[in-house]
Amino acid sequence: MKKTIQRRQFIGTSLVAGAAVTLAGGALLRSGAALADNVAGWPAKAFDAKALDQAMAASVGKNNVPVSPKVKLTAPTIAENGGAVPVTIEIDSPMTADDYVSTVWLFVDHNPTPLASQFDLTPGLGAAYFQQRIKMAKTDNVRVIAKTSKGEFMASAPREVKVTIGGCGG
Amino acid sequence: MADNIGNPMIRMANSAKKGEMVEVRSLIMNPMTTGLTKDKEGKPIPAHFIQTVSVTFDGAKLLDIDWSTAVSANPYLAFKMRAEKSGTLKMVWKDNQNGVWSAESKLTVS
Repeated sequence: MKKTIQRRQFIGTSLVAGAAVTLAGGALLRSGAALADNVAGWPAKAFDAKALDQAMAASVGKNNVPVSPKVKLTAPTIAENGGAVPVTIEIDSPMTADDYVSTVWLFVDHNPTPLASQFDLTPGLGAAYFQQRIKMAKTDNVRVIAKTSKGEFMASAPREVKVTIGGCGG
Repeated sequence: MADNIGNPMIRMANSAKKGEMVEVRSLIMNPMTTGLTKDKEGKPIPAHFIQTVSVTFDGAKLLDIDWSTAVSANPYLAFKMRAEKSGTLKMVWKDNQNGVWSAESKLTVS
């Protein structure tokens, strides 16, 4: 926890220092990440963001992404246990070398840190289909954003899950 | 807390026809703690969670996943891949406390 606080302080410092020293801030972030033993390449800034718009800006790079029926997100309407909510992501894509889904982001709007997962795909995978279980702090919206190799962004419709017992204890 | 950790598993068909979609299901034991909670004595429980999962097929990159603390304890992950050729699927999980685990599964494509 102490190490995490140090990392947060580094982020704070780099934010205060402003855009002019973004590179230096990045270096600090990396050294902070080393203290916290973050895995190399793990996008700490996006995962540490505490509000949905900040998390989206730090990952997707924008906040307004049009909803597309090609991005399907399945989740239960009611989850008794917010500690393990099953979600299925399925994106309609040819997954060929010149037209494939390159990145998928999964968000929970009001979790303490809204970005839950990021998937980086290659065309060799052949399908954009994922299933996993996530924690939800309370009744909230889950949403998916996908980026294609052509630079196109598509969002799922936000999907509300009613949570009976929040999953933050886990 | 960390007495039950690791033990990665992959479940998938061991043979498929070329072009067929194969579902890969995986499971690994990890507490996936957020760092935001406290134990019974009021001491903070440090964040301990898997941050990356990488999937390769015969050494070629297929999929890289980054996880946050919002992924449930003992993470389950399923995905689909297109069977193109026979080979070995390998998954590597890494957590924020230098834990690294891997598992492999062979696929024969006809």
